[in-house]
Amino acid sequence: MNKNKVTTMAAKKLSLKEKYSLLTRDLDWEFSYQDRKDAFPMEEFEGIKITDWSKWEDPFRLTMDAYWKYQAEKEKKLYAILDAFAQNNGHLNVSDPRYVNAIKLFLTGISPQEYQAHQGFAHIGRQYGGVGARIACQMQSIDELRHVQTQVHAMSQFNKYFDGFQSWSNMQDRVWYLSVPTSFFHDARSAGPFEFLVAIGFSFEYVLTNLLFVPFMSGAAYNGDMATVTFGFSAQSDEARHMTLGLEVIKFLLEQHEDNVPIVQKWIDKWFWRGTRLLTLVGMMMDYMLPNKVMSWKEAWEVYFEEAGGALFKDLARYGITMPKYAALVEKEKEHISHQAWWTFYTHGHATGFHTWIPTDEELDWLSEKYPETFDKYYRPRWEMAKKLEAEGKRFYTKALPQLCTTCQIPMLFTEMDDPTQIAYRDTVYNGDRYHFCSDGCKDIFHDEPEKYVQSWLPVHQILQGNCGGPGVEQVLSDYYHFNVGADNMDMKGSPDEKRWKQWKGVA
Amino acid sequence: MSVQAIVPDYRGVVRDRFENFHGNQLVYVAWDKHLMFCAPFAFPVPPEMSFKSLLTDVATDVFAVHPEFDQLDWSKAEWLLDGQPFIPQLDVALKDQGISHKSVLRFQTPELKGYMGADI
Ligand SMILES: [Fe+2]
Ligand SMILES: [Fe+2]
Ligand SMILES: [Zn+2]
Repeated sequence: MNKNKVTTMAAKKLSLKEKYSLLTRDLDWEFSYQDRKDAFPMEEFEGIKITDWSKWEDPFRLTMDAYWKYQAEKEKKLYAILDAFAQNNGHLNVSDPRYVNAIKLFLTGISPQEYQAHQGFAHIGRQYGGVGARIACQMQSIDELRHVQTQVHAMSQFNKYFDGFQSWSNMQDRVWYLSVPTSFFHDARSAGPFEFLVAIGFSFEYVLTNLLFVPFMSGAAYNGDMATVTFGFSAQSDEARHMTLGLEVIKFLLEQHEDNVPIVQKWIDKWFWRGTRLLTLVGMMMDYMLPNKVMSWKEAWEVYFEEAGGALFKDLARYGITMPKYAALVEKEKEHISHQAWWTFYTHGHATGFHTWIPTDEELDWLSEKYPETFDKYYRPRWEMAKKLEAEGKRFYTKALPQLCTTCQIPMLFTEMDDPTQIAYRDTVYNGDRYHFCSDGCKDIFHDEPEKYVQSWLPVHQILQGNCGGPGVEQVLSDYYHFNVGADNMDMKGSPDEKRWKQWKGVA
Repeated sequence: MSVQAIVPDYRGVVRDRFENFHGNQLVYVAWDKHLMFCAPFAFPVPPEMSFKSLLTDVATDVFAVHPEFDQLDWSKAEWLLDGQPFIPQLDVALKDQGISHKSVLRFQTPELKGYMGADI
């Protein structure tokens, strides 16, 4: 009785503001016998100048006790819905079994990056001299851990019924296309704490996150996947906080010292470019993998970057920040990259951990309508060719491994944007070795820090060095990637996924 | 500065050195304006391999699936080596005609327009 009384009284005495200050700013202390520089050794080497940490505005105004309570409530709701999904055979409600391949891509490509985000924020949540920034990053770190857990739980429902979900944690840093998101985060996490926050907190979470989140979550809603939709709702309020943190860090760095401006601009240029390259996978998912389409990649880019991002960069102009360096190029790329990417996956469908397929005739028409300038001219003929080969019983799979870009690690599939029939080649020689890039953006990034990117773990080169088992591709897929070869990979047509679906639905 | 590192004189491990390929070098080969092949191919081959052998023993199998392959006359193909015009010598080793580790070889066949004339 006494104990209860004491707690209630204490709680009454503290205003929200006081509680907030006790649970965040008050967790710091003055260093009387240690040098602060030794305590925060990573704060200066990036060249960022912080003159006054107290100017950091806490973006969340959230204390740990409130945080736990709020997150626990969301968790309860989420797991109740996941239980219902399992009991009611929710997997049978998806629009088309092809849809499930979009969430195979999500689980293998995105969820492990939630974990890397968790690790990255936990790391930088130790590194800043300002306690406000540390606490904000620690909370985001916990959010990200929760994201990977809840995503895995949501998608584990599908693992009971479909192929390709079983070895995501093994695949994430081994498979040729998954090294793209994985190396993106490795790059950010091996940078200093300020670059990490500009990379992930600002460029990714603030500027580009809608292009990742909205497509997958709306895609789930449009295609009857309640498990993923529910996860999306449960993460939404976190994402709002993450975006606020991303914006706060940019404004804080720019206001602290004018010398920070060119450094921040360079990071924005770099991470915008890396982010858009990464989002190629999302563009392809939207245009080709969702049986019920939400919007085209091009439309999404226009709404979420050109309009929203345009307004943001207008706002940042007062600090001397300009639009990311290659924004004008990406405006052209929106017409092409999703088509170039899906063709790459289709022609490498024997080596992908999900199924690929030729778009249906209705889907081809939808693509023509959404891409009137480019689809019929450049991309429809590829599908006509694929259809012809398939009809002849010669479904096309390439016979050798592709060359990769050293920086983004994507196969060299992108064309010159003013000549969409010509692959773009960029290269450089550094210390006697030649390096190749898909674009000027990727080459710039290499040039700025060659000693970092000479270390790129390029899956194709690793296979050819014999570091991934083998000798043949089939053994790499089964023994190193842990694919169930013949079930996880190859065309949707004739796959075990498709056969089971037909049985459940009672169609021949 | 060649890297933003917390330690001075940081040097990265060059992961794709020639020495790591067990006697092979990498050569990338692409057929320009034939985008049935979405990207150049990466081949590990001995530097002593002749250009002719690269074509007949390595490249042919991969490119032969293209419907225009039957019309391809290697002797008429125009080549670029690392972006520069290049006239290959069929019986000379790759390493003796400037085709080094991680070189890109592109061939162009202007008379072949790709599937449906669409550069595919
Ligand atoms: Fe997240
Ligand atoms: Fe986030
Ligand atoms: Zn690249």
